[in-house]
Formats: sequence, C-alpha cells, structure tokens
Amino acid sequence: MSRLEARFKKLKYEGKKAFIPFITAGDPNLDLTKSLVLELEKRGADAIELGVPFSDPIADGPVIQRSSQRALKEGISLLKILELVRELRQKTEIPLILMGYYNPIFKFGEAEFVKRCSQAGLDGLIVADLPPEEANDLKKEADKNGLDLIFLLTPVSSEERIKLVSASSTGFIYCVSYTGITGDERKGEQDLKELISKIRGLTSKPIGIGFGISSASSAQKAASLADAVIVGSAIVKRIEKYGDSKNLLSEVGTFAERLARATSFD
Amino acid sequence: MNYYFPDKKGHFGEFGGKFVPETVMPALHELEEAYLEAKKDKNGFQAELELYLRDYAGRPTPLYFAERLTHDLKGAKVYLKREDLAHTGAHKINNTLGQVLLATKMGKTRIIAETGAGQHGVATATAAAVLGLPCQVYMGDEDIRRQRLNVSRMKLLGAEVIPVSSGSCTLKEAINEAMRDWVTNIRSTYYVLGSVVGPHPYPMMVRDFQSVIGKETKHQILAKEKKLPGYLLACVGGGSNSLGLFYPFLEEEVELIGIEAGGLGLSTPRHGATLAKGSIGVLHGSKSYLLQDRNGQIRSTHSVAPGLDYPGVGPEHSYLKKSGRVKYYTVTDSDALEAFRWLSQIEGIIPALESAHAIAYLKRLAPGLNRDEIVIVNLSGRGDKDLEEVSKK
Ligand SMILES: Cc1ncc(COP(=O)(O)O)c(C=O)c1O
Repeated sequence: MSRLEARFKKLKYEGKKAFIPFITAGDPNLDLTKSLVLELEKRGADAIELGVPFSDPIADGPVIQRSSQRALKEGISLLKILELVRELRQKTEIPLILMGYYNPIFKFGEAEFVKRCSQAGLDGLIVADLPPEEANDLKKEADKNGLDLIFLLTPVSSEERIKLVSASSTGFIYCVSYTGITGDERKGEQDLKELISKIRGLTSKPIGIGFGISSASSAQKAASLADAVIVGSAIVKRIEKYGDSKNLLSEVGTFAERLARATSFD
Repeated sequence: MNYYFPDKKGHFGEFGGKFVPETVMPALHELEEAYLEAKKDKNGFQAELELYLRDYAGRPTPLYFAERLTHDLKGAKVYLKREDLAHTGAHKINNTLGQVLLATKMGKTRIIAETGAGQHGVATATAAAVLGLPCQVYMGDEDIRRQRLNVSRMKLLGAEVIPVSSGSCTLKEAINEAMRDWVTNIRSTYYVLGSVVGPHPYPMMVRDFQSVIGKETKHQILAKEKKLPGYLLACVGGGSNSLGLFYPFLEEEVELIGIEAGGLGLSTPRHGATLAKGSIGVLHGSKSYLLQDRNGQIRSTHSVAPGLDYPGVGPEHSYLKKSGRVKYYTVTDSDALEAFRWLSQIEGIIPALESAHAIAYLKRLAPGLNRDEIVIVNLSGRGDKDLEEVSKK
C-alpha cells in the first residue's frame, strides 16, 4: 500500500479528512522548504504538495507565479528537489507529492525521473498540463515504480472525462473547485456536489478539492464534500510576506493549524 | 494526398498533442467538433468565410513578379506573394476571420487573443469588430513599446489591449496570460490563437485557414509560368504564414525553406532560432522544438522582429524539419534590417521586419540559381508598424 493510500485509509477509519498544504520547493530557499514541511506536519498536515517551479506556469495565478520566480532565482531544479525529498524522508513519513508542469519532467526523461522519485521516497505526482490522454508513458513508469499519478477534474468536465480521470488517477482524484487558475479567491466556491457525486458513483478513490481555498470556513466547506482539502496560494502568500522574517515558520504554522483544524472537524 | 497529419489525437508524428490543464480539455473537444463541422459546411461556413476573405479582406492577394529585384540578384526569377496587401496588412487576417466566424457559430460572446508584433492583435480586433464581438488582446510590455502603431490601431478598432509584464514581456508571456484568461472564462470565451501553435486542434485549424495563401499561389504561378516554382521561402515565427504557403505544395517537387530569427547570432543566446538550436519539449499545449535550458525551463528569446521573438514553433514544423521535407535557415537582425531597406528601395515595398528575414535569405539564395528557376517569397506583412523602431537603429 502506498503512503498516500495508507494515510487516507487511516483518516477514513478515524472519520477525518486530509489537509494537504502546497508550498513551492525552494521558496524562499531549500533549507526553509525543509523546515516548512516539518512545521506543516507538526501543525496537522496529512500530506504535502511540493511545487516544482516552472518558467511558464499557465495554470497558476500571480501568487504562485511569483513564488515560482523566486524559486527559479534560487536555482531550483528537479535534481535539487529530489535531494530535498531524500533528506526529508530521513526525518518524516508524511506523504510527499510533487506538483508541476510537464516540460521539466519530459526534459529529465520520464523513466529516469520516476525511478529517482521512488528511490528518493516520493509518493505522488501531479502534472498540471498533462491530461491522461498524453500521460501513457509517464503512467506506465509510475505504475511500475509504485508512484501515484494524480489527475484532475473540474466543474466543466464531461461524463466521459470524469470516467477517464476516475479510472486513471491513483492516490486520489484532484477536483479543481472552479474554472480558473490557482489562488482566485473571487471565484468563490462553485457547486461541486454534482461533480463529486458523479465521481463517487464511479470509484471509491479519495477525492481532494483545491484552488482558491483560503480560509478556515472555505476549508471546512470543502472538507464536508471531499476527503482532502488542498490549500496553496493562501499559504504561499504568507511565505512571501514572512520569507525574510524569523517568524516565517510560526506565522505559516499558525495559519496551517487553523486550516488543519477546520478540515478535520467537519 | 499521402500526407495525413495530424492524426485523430492531434499528433504530427511525435509532435503536437494536447498538453493543457484539465479545464481546457472539454473546450478543445468542443472547438474541434465545431471546426470539423464548419469545414464540411461548404454552403454555409465556408461560403461565408470565402465572401469575407474576398470582399472584406481583399483576397486573392497578388502574386507579383519582382522584376527589378530579379534583375539586381542576377539569378532566379523572383515572385512575391503579397500578403502585405491583405486587409490590416498581414496574412494574420486569414486566420482571424476564420476563427472569429467560428466563434460566432459556437455562440461564444467574447474574443481574446495574444499578440507579438501586434498584427495578429489588429487582425483579431478587426474580425471581432466586423462580426460584432467584444475583444481583449494580451500584449507584452516590450512589444507595446516597439509596436505602438498597432496598439493604437487595436484601440481604435474597439479592442482592449492588456499589458503583460512578466518574463521578457514579449509573445511567450502574452500567450501565458491569454491561456490563463481562457481557463478562467472557458464557458463564454473564444481564444483566437495567432499561429500554428498551441494544443490540437489549433495547429491544424490555423494551418487550414492560412492554406488559402498556398492555394492561391499555386493557381497564380501556374497561370503565369505554366509550371511550379523551384523554391518557396517564408519566415517562421510560430509558423503560420510559412505553413499556409507550404501546405498545398508538400507533395509537389518544390523546395520549401523556412527562415527563423537569428537575432544577434546563433553563437549568442539572443535569437529566436527554435528549429536550428532547440530541443524537443512541451510549451503552450503541444510537443515541439523549444528553446530551453537543461532543466526544461523556457529560455527568453530575442529578435528585432517581434513576430519571430518566440521560443517555440508549431508542431507541424517540427515534424517537417525532422522528416527533412522543409529546410530551415536563420537570418540575423542586421541582415533583416538591411533587407528591409533594400526591398523598400528596389521595389517600393516596405516589408514587415518578420518578412524581411525571408527577403534577406532570398539575397543569399537567388544569385546562385539559374535564370529559369522560380522562387516565390511570402511577403507576410507590410512594415509600417516597424518604421519607428527601425529609425532608431
Ligand atoms: C507580418 C508577420 N509575418 C510573420 C509573422 C510570424 O508569424 P508566423 O510564423 O505564424 O507567420 C508575424 C507575427 O506576428 C507577422 O506579423
């Protein structure tokens, strides 16, 4: 059983929902990313998404765009991120997921990349611009190496796509809460009930909701519908604000704890 | 025809495809269905588009025998396909009339586009005006600075120009922003991509709309010379004017040559020579050659011609390069600037800086050819937009 699967099983047994924060690897630098992961775990995170910075993040809003730019200025690459994962794995068993775009992975070489991911102790991959149709090679490698490959669904996904993604995704299914880019708080919550009940009718795989969740109340609402709540921009915004401050860990930690509480007690 | 690309999934061999966020997948499906329907609709969509192309855009554009230029080069006989004479001054209108008309059929209520040189932005704003849809155009700050005339034209045409200030502030960033807008407003909005780039079906659809250039050229040269040309030349940014010219000739015995932006030279990082110096990767929805670093981050580019200042290229060009059917060469900024002046003086035609790249290569090619050889150059646009910038050089 993969670490992600095991975590979802355990939470289900306890009647809890997963809280999954997203932070960009290397923002403000890799050492602090490591400390942030451990801090987030301490504050109640059930898994961590590590963003892989890309020069052209078309699915991201301004907050994560700026964060990616800061990380790229730090000289972050996939190799360095894998090294970070390896180091983290010596300290924690929390499920770790990379989220990024396809080109750096393609350039690295899919087979080699997946092999190294699993050697480093990574658990899953989310590739924002890789729908199942184009993912055959990566999926084959991921399956072979026991790495979860998580696909996304959105409020405009057709029945056909819901079927395809529900069948292809492993670890969990990522429901994007609105049509848009990350961190758009104005979009509010669109009605996901219908999408989620359609997915539930097809599979018992866990479902996560992400995009635009920025407060305890929106986290709680998402938790009432799904099995996991993913929060990115709202956390990254605080990393941006406190990046140079000695209060970085405590500020981000306190915020994360609020979200974790809201997620767990629905 | 033996050439059947793309396949059903939008692949040209190993290139192309649909590498987009999930939100966009249903929209691409909807677009593909609507386009294939429109393509078959000879009496409806196609007839309507033909009428717009003829009576509104001024097609067919002339195939002009450039006598003084031919005389000066002392080699092959040179014809210019005069896309600069199409309405709005470039080939871009062929594509935008097609796509905006399609948008109206699909019931979309808002048009967005990206632009580099501003020609695609102007052509989209124009099509949106005549077909009655609101239009917003994303444009990098650097391009707004160097293509001021086109910014004014877009505004006059009723479009809103949205400045983009990330990265190198040019075409790549404008496409990023347009895609983010599209993802956000996917239900109501039609994204008019300006070249044979992006996810399927765009590379196929834009190629088809631009093929009017090659179809006309074939008729025209057969009428004038009773034979096909030996060579076709065109500049390659994303690759739409070149593919539009080449496509109807792919299975003929004609040499096809695409010219990329050599910028400050290929020994520097400051160029836009994607096919010459790139490696395979994925950007803006398709797999193609790309200018990228060893970590797969996209590099910034440079060309004096904003329409060629792009680190990617259409996937079909990648296929045609790899198969060897089309040859690609580069021309530097300074050679393009010289050709810009030369064509103005010798033929009284001021070319767009993009097109001037093809003219510069013609100066290398034609003198070595026999006098009974024919070369046709696609003059993809006129150069009024570039005067202010060129006068500073
Ligand atoms: C006049 C002109 N020619 C050529 C290009 C390059 O685009 P493409 O390679 O798609 O023809 C542009 C793009 O803006 C242009 O304005």
